[in-house]
Amino acid sequence: MAVVFKRTEGLTETPFHYCPGCTHGIIHRLVGEVLEELGVLGKAVGVAPVGCSVLAYDYFNCDMHEAAHGRAPAVATGIKRVLPENVVFTYQGDGDLASIGTAEIVHAAHRSENITTIFVNNAIYGMTGGQMAPTTLVGQKATTSPYGRDPKHAGMPLKVSEMLATIPGASYVERVSVHNPANIRKAKKAIKKAFECQLSGKGFSIVEVLSTCPTNWGLTPTESLKWLEENMLPYYPLGNFRSPEEVE
Amino acid sequence: MAKILMKGNEAIGAAAIKAGCKFFFGYPITPQNELPEYMARELGKAGGTFLQAESEVAAINMVYGAAGSGARVMTSSSSPGIALKQEGISYIAGAELPCVIVNIVRGGPGLGGIQPAQSDYYQSTRGGGNGDYKLVVYAPANLQEAVDLVMEAFDVADYYRNPVMVLGDGMIGQMMEPIEFREPKKRELPPKDWATTGTEGKRKPNIINSLRLDPAELEKLNQKIQAKYREIEKNEVRYEMYNIENAEIVFAAYGTTSRIVKNAIEMLKQEGINAGLIRPITLWPFPHKAFDEIPETAKAILTVEMSCGQMIDDVKIANNGRLPVGFYGRSGGMIPSPQEIVNKAKEMLGGAK
Repeated sequence: MAVVFKRTEGLTETPFHYCPGCTHGIIHRLVGEVLEELGVLGKAVGVAPVGCSVLAYDYFNCDMHEAAHGRAPAVATGIKRVLPENVVFTYQGDGDLASIGTAEIVHAAHRSENITTIFVNNAIYGMTGGQMAPTTLVGQKATTSPYGRDPKHAGMPLKVSEMLATIPGASYVERVSVHNPANIRKAKKAIKKAFECQLSGKGFSIVEVLSTCPTNWGLTPTESLKWLEENMLPYYPLGNFRSPEEVE
Repeated sequence: MAKILMKGNEAIGAAAIKAGCKFFFGYPITPQNELPEYMARELGKAGGTFLQAESEVAAINMVYGAAGSGARVMTSSSSPGIALKQEGISYIAGAELPCVIVNIVRGGPGLGGIQPAQSDYYQSTRGGGNGDYKLVVYAPANLQEAVDLVMEAFDVADYYRNPVMVLGDGMIGQMMEPIEFREPKKRELPPKDWATTGTEGKRKPNIINSLRLDPAELEKLNQKIQAKYREIEKNEVRYEMYNIENAEIVFAAYGTTSRIVKNAIEMLKQEGINAGLIRPITLWPFPHKAFDEIPETAKAILTVEMSCGQMIDDVKIANNGRLPVGFYGRSGGMIPSPQEIVNKAKEMLGGAK
């Protein structure tokens, strides 16, 4: 019988703990597939964040560190400086990267650390139970914005890719989404480009992936994908913000 | 090798490079700046990398990454900066990684001042960050000792897979003394087969981690770490006993303060009072047994610190109620004078006020 689909070598056989309908699983698979296709699994070192993907070290089939909340880019810096020939990546959520870890991500980009960051933005804190994130949309209800995000009180949602694109050292910045198969394919392409940027020594690369949180959004998985498309895409436009060609 | 004259902060940097330190991550703060500046000049020449981090927090997390990748790595700072590093230090201890942390202590609390102090004793010996963990803490009293301890610190860190702190006060960092570099005693260091260097497809992934969501697993990790600490207590305690025989009063002091106490001991001798000194060189593990060796002639113990009284807690634990324990300290960057120490000793012995 012909094999039409199999688990990538980039992932271990440990079953994901993610909630039903959460798109972390898809993004993990894309990263695993890219590492496998580029033939770099054996020299990859990943850094897991604090948040829903804290256990990513059990899922990626390569050497891993588990970092303190928001510090993954600093940990990755330490690893990459020791092992410049290895492929070093961080996998971070929006509470981790866009809130407590802003200094670390900004300065990793600023130094143009030759690492790759996968930034999963689902506009909420998932693991701690649905609190407001810097990326929570205006009017979006969260357990710490129970009446909806009020920009007068909590500011406008932070556009991380646009912000990082202003930094000279940010070599590759792209925002993608995984709300339908066409976009999943585009997301994989972007993730591959980001790792290729690192492999060719061109400096800091980040892919922001718009993602869902059915559990804390209070929606079904299908409704969540639709909600992402209708509400997140207009505020967080997809596309490339910086490419290595532009940096050169 | 002939002795050379060096400033404390630079001597510490030179000793680290001699010990094979290849990576340094730090952030500017007075009074330790000459150390990162020295590393910025010299570490590259020795085939290593110096990197100025965006913050103390980032610096210690870079140390975490580098240590997990198997490198000999160091960071340095001064009191408020060390406070910022506590998150990372706790993770490093939890993940059982080796590294060396230098604290050139200044007065606190808060932003405090930039003059020498010993007010980070609690922070260094009680953990500092969250959870049940300990650092091996060395407190050199002169630059030769600082150099020797820094060189040994890397081996001790690798041997036990635990962070080691070298605690100097601002005086140690800023003064100049003649030093020479001497190889520490050889230790059989285990291979770093746990380091994340890439699997090369030849082994299962290595994971550097302090998270244990299963309480039974976390307790197991704590028990393993505690067993290691018992080993360290057995093997690594270091202290100096000075003029202890027939002492009527025994001082307890470490670092720069111990040198001032030695002057006070000379002054007391001139007045016919025999005084001795217990000088902890490891603040953790604390030299409890030194206090069992205090002779019957002793009537009291006097702890002298450049703080409001922190090591005195350990002195009282070690003394276990046997002798009265007094305290004399100056803080905020003020330095106790030998005369002040003499006066306090005589007061304790019931002599002239």
